[in-house]
Amino acid sequence: MKAGIRISGFGGQGIILSGVIVGKAAVFDGLNAVQTQSYGPEARGGSTRSEVVVSDEEIDYPKVESASVSLIMSQEAFYKYASRTKREGLIIYDPELIPDNKIEGNFKLAEINATRIASELGTKIVANIVMLGAFNEVCSLISKDSMIESIKDSIPKMLDLNLNAFETGMKKVNIIK
Amino acid sequence: MTNDVIRLLGKKDLFIQGDEAAVYGALIADCRFFAGYPITPATEVAEGMAIWMPRLGGVYVQMEDEIASIAAVIGASCTGVKSMTSTSGPGFSLMQECIGYACMAEIPCVIVNVQRGGPSTGQPTEAAQGDVMQAMWGTHGDHQLIALAPKSVQETLDLTIESFNLSEDYRVPVILLLDAEIGHMREKVVLPEVTTVKVDERVPATIGPDKYRPYRTGFTRPSKVPEFAPFGSGYRTYVTGLTHDKRGFPVTTSAEVHEELVRRLIEKVQDDIDDIWYHETSFLEDAEIIVVSYGTTSRPAVSAVKMARKNGIKVGHIRLITIWPFHYEKMREYLKNAHTVIVPEMNLGQMFHPIRETVGKDTKVVSAPKIGGAIHTPYEILKFIEGDVK
Amino acid sequence: MSFISNDIVIDKYLRKDMLPTIFCTGCGIGSVMNFCLRAIHDLNIDMNKTVFVSGIGCSSRVPGYIYSDGLHSLHGRAIAYATGVKLANPELKVIVFTGDGDCGAIGGNHFLHAIRRNVDITVISINNFIYGMTGGQVAPTTPLRSKTTTTPYGNIEYPIDLSMMAKVIGAPYVARWTTAHPIQCMNSIKKALQKTGFSFVEVLAPCPTSYGRLNKMGNTLDMTKHFKESTINIKTYEKMLAEGKDTDKMIIGELVDIEKEDFNTKYKKFCGELK
Repeated sequence: MKAGIRISGFGGQGIILSGVIVGKAAVFDGLNAVQTQSYGPEARGGSTRSEVVVSDEEIDYPKVESASVSLIMSQEAFYKYASRTKREGLIIYDPELIPDNKIEGNFKLAEINATRIASELGTKIVANIVMLGAFNEVCSLISKDSMIESIKDSIPKMLDLNLNAFETGMKKVNIIK
Repeated sequence: MTNDVIRLLGKKDLFIQGDEAAVYGALIADCRFFAGYPITPATEVAEGMAIWMPRLGGVYVQMEDEIASIAAVIGASCTGVKSMTSTSGPGFSLMQECIGYACMAEIPCVIVNVQRGGPSTGQPTEAAQGDVMQAMWGTHGDHQLIALAPKSVQETLDLTIESFNLSEDYRVPVILLLDAEIGHMREKVVLPEVTTVKVDERVPATIGPDKYRPYRTGFTRPSKVPEFAPFGSGYRTYVTGLTHDKRGFPVTTSAEVHEELVRRLIEKVQDDIDDIWYHETSFLEDAEIIVVSYGTTSRPAVSAVKMARKNGIKVGHIRLITIWPFHYEKMREYLKNAHTVIVPEMNLGQMFHPIRETVGKDTKVVSAPKIGGAIHTPYEILKFIEGDVK
Repeated sequence: MSFISNDIVIDKYLRKDMLPTIFCTGCGIGSVMNFCLRAIHDLNIDMNKTVFVSGIGCSSRVPGYIYSDGLHSLHGRAIAYATGVKLANPELKVIVFTGDGDCGAIGGNHFLHAIRRNVDITVISINNFIYGMTGGQVAPTTPLRSKTTTTPYGNIEYPIDLSMMAKVIGAPYVARWTTAHPIQCMNSIKKALQKTGFSFVEVLAPCPTSYGRLNKMGNTLDMTKHFKESTINIKTYEKMLAEGKDTDKMIIGELVDIEKEDFNTKYKKFCGELK
């Protein structure tokens, strides 16, 4: 088993942290994981991408070429990365951030209003965790227990809020096809 | 002390960046002095040391520039404390004069260079392997130091410990060559078993101050590495970057003294090259094409070699872990039956040169360069392999 | 101040197998080394726990002659090397010998930041207004209009004042004397060695071979006389100021003597608070 997960959006959305949480969760599951990232020189804003390769074998090439799963949190990232998902791969996106979300091809699609849900829960900075909840619901790659363990380990502050965001993401994800 | 660190770190399995792994490796190796200056993509090493040094009775200091950083590291090491600094290309260039000093005065120190795109300020956040030649030949004059290049976060931790061991054993600066990719990459890391981790110390003076000569070798043991008396131990040693005699005193116009010293500085490492030269090989038995790689580039290289093997191509792989000193003799032996050697590097061909120097004119050496920041994809390397099938 | 014979200084404090020194006839560096060793003798400092650090230049050869640990580092870097020594082993007494070029030009930034950091070291800067070891080139301290081999028509750059720089950056001890003031100089070195934190003693010293010859200043005696005439004691200067007068003369004397917590003390304290 080998899967590549690409999380993309803009700086400040917690894109890289999301990658770290997924990678760490995979390690908690006893898998190998490599997380890499790419971002511009600016500390906030700018496009950001985080990639995680998960495998039960040793991982040689650490980068994701065609992603098994794409989590997308900006229009610009959607244009750039949605089509770089594998055939029959999964694309999860936030439709309110990505109004132009038509895509041709053999993909599984799921929507989650992560940013709005996060705002309703108290702060939009947990939108990335809502996305991860949606990811966990529609994809069985990593166990829920390990994801929660990883969230606890990675964000010790505001734990209840983050766990709530994760659960809400799991509940509210809308599978389109 | 090492055991305390592993216990202090708590969890055994970590999911951390290469830069952080260098920090943990340094802590386990008993490094207790760090001086540095912020620079992308190596800053996380300094940040990690700033957290840990004060908690472990060590010293962290942010100096005014990279020259001051390596200078303070050498000063600290003279007192017997294991010392390290970290930097990237521009800072590494500034450190070169002091690296030469550490070679000449035989002061152990470890320099972590997280390589980024150059020349000059270049690409601060992008990976490169452009400092390979500079690591060995950046400082002036004949000398020999040691440089290691890990391929993973786990190996970064392991080789940081080994960098300290080699630096202490041979009293040379050791350069750990990471790159922006591995420095910022997160991967699973397993901390070493407390009982098995090997941590070396420099050999102390075994004779009293009256008979001790700081640069006398072969007195009580066969090694060409002199015994070390730290500042403050009553041995009253004099350390200089000038050509010096066995007492450590400057003798700058004697050809004999200079030649004996400089040759010994090189031989003390070269004589033990079989022990220092770490490498890995795979599929070499029947290989007609051999890929030689090091550092991060080894990862797509291994993928490419595996794919080519599946396609029935007789291709083998050598991964250099120790990149300096370069083992010409062993490499000649490994490469003798290959018609083609492919050298993928994140530069326009640097390790390519010693490899070309190694083989005869019947063997073709192909540089497979990539610059700009992205690491090679396996397919890019595979294309080079397929292109040379006869 | 106790007076001891040269024999005692040589016997107890110098590496006899390194003698004679490389210093020219009439050079002031030997005198400053002598002042420093006598100060050390007076304070009964343990030479087994003393490290002399230097960079490159005539004055930087001093540690080579002193029987203690010595670190002859690179041009300009003495203070940075010394910072490493002192921080790694706070028990050691660390004394830097440096020149005006080593300290004020190539090493200027390290000088500035070691003061800012308040590292507990003593820096003795021998200022001869010229680069002596390379044969008499312009230094950052060379006075305007002075001739050197690289200012053959006279120097047009304003000189730096090392002691005033140390003072404004906040060094807790700063003194400046000339080799014509041996007792005052020894006393200041003694105070500097006892000060916790960055202490700085600048000593104006004759270089008859380069500076003196190129500027037609005659022998060491003439140069020493010139030092006396071209400097003014701070106490006299302050009186002048009070009377509304000013002077172009270089101010000598004890310029700063305050208490200020040093890096090692602060570091040790905050490490203690972490546990």
